[in-house]
Amino acid sequence: MLKGIKKIPLYMLAIILLVFTGVPFLIMVNTSFKGQLEFMTSPWSLPKTFSFDNYLLLFESDFFRYFLNSVIVTVISVVLVILLSAMASYPLAKMKFKLNKPLFILFLIGMMIPIHTTLIPIFRLTQQLGLYDSIWALIGPYVAFALPVSIIIYTQFLKELPKELEESAKMDGCGPFRLFWKILFPLLKPATATVAIYNFIHIWNEFIFALVLTNSPKNGTLPIGLREFYGEFSVNVPGIMAALSLASLPLLLVYLFAQERVVQGLSAGSVKG
Amino acid sequence: MERKLEENLISRKKETESSWISGTKKVKPKSKKTNNNFWVIFGFMAPALLIYGVFVIYSIVMTFYYSLFEWTGIDDNLIFAGIQNYITLIQDGVFWTSVKNNFLLVAASLITQLPLGLIMALLLFSPIKGMRFFRSIYFMPFLMSTVAIGILFVYIFDGNFGIVNQILGSIGLDSLQRSWLGNEVTAIWAVIATISWQFAPFYMILFRAAIVGIPEELYEAAEIDGANSRKKFFNITLPLLMPTIVTSSILSIIGSLKYFDLIYVMTGGGPNNATELMATYMYEQTFTNFNMGYGSSISFSMFIIAFMVIAVILIVDQRRKGVN
Repeated sequence: MLKGIKKIPLYMLAIILLVFTGVPFLIMVNTSFKGQLEFMTSPWSLPKTFSFDNYLLLFESDFFRYFLNSVIVTVISVVLVILLSAMASYPLAKMKFKLNKPLFILFLIGMMIPIHTTLIPIFRLTQQLGLYDSIWALIGPYVAFALPVSIIIYTQFLKELPKELEESAKMDGCGPFRLFWKILFPLLKPATATVAIYNFIHIWNEFIFALVLTNSPKNGTLPIGLREFYGEFSVNVPGIMAALSLASLPLLLVYLFAQERVVQGLSAGSVKG
Repeated sequence: MERKLEENLISRKKETESSWISGTKKVKPKSKKTNNNFWVIFGFMAPALLIYGVFVIYSIVMTFYYSLFEWTGIDDNLIFAGIQNYITLIQDGVFWTSVKNNFLLVAASLITQLPLGLIMALLLFSPIKGMRFFRSIYFMPFLMSTVAIGILFVYIFDGNFGIVNQILGSIGLDSLQRSWLGNEVTAIWAVIATISWQFAPFYMILFRAAIVGIPEELYEAAEIDGANSRKKFFNITLPLLMPTIVTSSILSIIGSLKYFDLIYVMTGGGPNNATELMATYMYEQTFTNFNMGYGSSISFSMFIIAFMVIAVILIVDQRRKGVN
């Protein structure tokens, strides 16, 4: 009994924080099911009838073009990041050479610099390469800025793999590239999952490069699309809330099904900060 | 850039090789192996180095280069201006406002996000029921895109129907109702509150991971010695969390110095530059006013400021470790 009473402040604190973190989501989803008129008269009450009209409207808009762009950019970037960072991590973790440490530090620095410092030259470079205003322009910077964290995750993992693995493979006459892809890479699955989730979240939500490197609506990603909607239909609050809800859905679904991995993935990048 | 990196790698490698060979004579077969090794290392690292070299390293150098020119960015007409952009920058009141706001954001983030994250993480280890549920919800803000958060909170802070004003009205504080983002004094605080909402969950998971790593025996031993939970927190948990607190501080400071998305969406730096940050001011100068040279000088200053702040933290941290 005494123990139960002692816990009351804990529960109160837990619930206050629950309201703090959860209510904005409730407001967003709740509003998305309302009509515009209903929102005007009672903006924060529960909807009288749940209507999916706002979501249906999204199907008629450009929303899914943005959505598709985001999917394409994110998938290609994440795959490239996995391949490039896993490969680059192998010599850094397993081989001794003079430039090992300097190269690792070079990648580490990338985590600390403000990405905006690179914005203008990348904008210029994109124009010179003829990639300006296309979703392909985004992949280079996304991959480049994802490399540092991913390389740290992979090298940490690779260092823990036993040396005997490589040695026995080498004895069997296995070349370094086959050794890496056939033997080591499959063992890196947990690290790959972490890298994939971490970068999926960041790239899916990335805004400033998409803002600067694309221009026409048909080439924007979701964050750009959301802002366009907001600019165009700012009066139709329920419509915008529907767009916000739908845009947040993929990440929330991933989170729902792989909660531990997501949490682990997001904290992994900072282990060595 | 690619070629430069390659050449650099090759020439360095050659140096090491030749010195090696001249040192000892018997190493002929081994030097072949080193040579092989070089191509293996090169093969594995070249793609990553190429992308990283072009988009990160080359770009930082070029930012400095562009900052020495007067340039609209629309044409190729770059006029060399020396350090003129930096002289203008030092006298630019808006720039200093943005620096001030950036440091305000750093301070506010440190004193809100970290403690909030720590409290949430500690709660996750307290004996209350439904912890999984609490944890799931606590973490959700961090998954939402910053643009979506920005738009959502514009409506939450709205002067007419925003829920903040509704709540104030319902508890009789009508006098406090206002357009939070439209007011020069309150706008920055509304934005800071939103940023704390977004990032506190991130620090929660960092602290959670660190607390999991604290060996249970320490607490057991403390209990045998009769320590209460407050003593346990201050004598065991907090000291052992110190490395995580340092890491979190660095992340929070770096994050605050380069903040952009949320401000851009919520206020655009306004009203009247009240929420201007270095990054939003850089964006405005570069892509709205087409002063690319000037924008580059703001960019590069951001880089220098971030670099100095990080250096200071790392030095202080080394000192702290030395003392212990």
